[in-house]
Amino acid sequence: MEKNKSLVDRLNAVNEYEQQPIPNNKLKGWRSFLGTYAGEHTAGTEFVIGPLFVAHGASAIDLVTGLLFGNILAVLSWAFLTAKIAVKTRVTLYYLLEKIAGKKFTLIYNLVNAGLFCFLAGSMIAVAATAVGIPFDMAMPQLTDVLPNSLGWVVTVFVVGAITTFIAMFGFDQVSKFAMVAAPWMIMIFIAAALAVLPRLGVTEVGSFWSVAESTIWTGVPLEGQSKFGFWHILFFAWFCNMAMHIGMADLSLLRYAKKWQQGFSSATGVFLGHFIAWIASGILYSLFLIESKGSLTFAPGPIAYSAVGVAGAICVVIAGWTTANPTLYRAGLAIQSINPKWKTWKVTLFVGLFTTIAACFPALVMRLLEFVALYGLILMPVGAVIFIDVYLLEKVGLKANYAEFKGLSLNWAVAMTWIITLSFCLLLNLVFGIEIFFLGLPGWFVAVLVYLVASKMNQKK
Amino acid sequence: MKLLLKIISFIGLGLSIVPAILVFGGQMEPDTCKQLMFLGTVLWFLTAPSWMIKRGVAEED
Repeated sequence: MEKNKSLVDRLNAVNEYEQQPIPNNKLKGWRSFLGTYAGEHTAGTEFVIGPLFVAHGASAIDLVTGLLFGNILAVLSWAFLTAKIAVKTRVTLYYLLEKIAGKKFTLIYNLVNAGLFCFLAGSMIAVAATAVGIPFDMAMPQLTDVLPNSLGWVVTVFVVGAITTFIAMFGFDQVSKFAMVAAPWMIMIFIAAALAVLPRLGVTEVGSFWSVAESTIWTGVPLEGQSKFGFWHILFFAWFCNMAMHIGMADLSLLRYAKKWQQGFSSATGVFLGHFIAWIASGILYSLFLIESKGSLTFAPGPIAYSAVGVAGAICVVIAGWTTANPTLYRAGLAIQSINPKWKTWKVTLFVGLFTTIAACFPALVMRLLEFVALYGLILMPVGAVIFIDVYLLEKVGLKANYAEFKGLSLNWAVAMTWIITLSFCLLLNLVFGIEIFFLGLPGWFVAVLVYLVASKMNQKK
Repeated sequence: MKLLLKIISFIGLGLSIVPAILVFGGQMEPDTCKQLMFLGTVLWFLTAPSWMIKRGVAEED
């Protein structure tokens, strides 16, 4: 009993400064961000995204150049958009949005946001479960699976979900520490797994890698039923796969702890280790699996990593899943907690963890990850554009920033219209002109900026 | 003590990558590599948290 009480007390004592600027003595140094970003982006998703590029028939040259330029654009977005605003305001996205858009809008946005975070964390829990299930000879999910395929799968997902939720309940510090310890080891395992299987693909010396990469790994030919990915697909995917975090400003919650805005460049550890080396490594592993299994439909990162480097590979899949699911669950908890600040963060995280774990039982979450990740960034992007304009431009053109706070509004219609019109415009581009979801973010951002300026002018004149 | 822990950690990290390089070079069997990598993983997670987390906290303070 005493033990239980002290656990609750400890959880209640977790203060993440959700509703106030971060005090100076709580700011974090480079090491914390380097570790967090490396851990967060060398993650379970990497075991899925790398293979999906192979499935979509990316050629070797398109993959390497697309990833290089896309990742550079992502780092610049983190530093010049998110980190600058985070250091200037020192509050969470949700708190800032409440001042700009009002409580009602923030409530809706938070629910949408939390839902998306839950699904992302859920896919990571599912990826980790494919490794945890290996000793139990669990039936692994197939590329075409939508519903859970066995009781063993559901039980395994619930065990992984419970542990992930428990860690996330202790807040950002615990997550950051865990990611910091795991990150260097994880990237070693990714590289090691790819190196160890190269001889089985016919690469016996460094000089022969590129020719095998072009002819055997990234052949440029998509699997049956998959669309073809070229340079621009890969560039935009690499740039926008974390659009919600940088252009969408979700990482204000994280970067508000930064001592200076330049710490936004620490995202480079995440994208170049996770979204370059790890995607290439996991693509190599999947390519070998396809060849050796003669085109099997099984899609399970755990057994693929286990086959390459044994138990260490399986542990890597579990930990990679955790280091993404943990901060994502934490963010979802913050999103919902901002609806009612009196709710304790740990209780909200517990609820979010349960919802996420139920979602993780559905393998479709993993199999359609590319589309989901792109959609997730796109939905949250217009709000990032609104924040950017509100912080930097509105007062310069004679309009009032933080308008909802200034007027005591519960709903700033300029923001609501911006969100609705931007997403409608993107949907139109997709349905009428057939533009793929990966390319909608860029035109959408400019539309959001334009609509918010015009709508603010009309709204504030009234 | 701290130095010893660090040395063990880096040996663990080395065991997580060097055997795979040797497999690539044809100088080690994949099964040996798998065992050594598991050993490296155990060493890393047994020793690294003690000095990495303490150092992180100290730097933040």
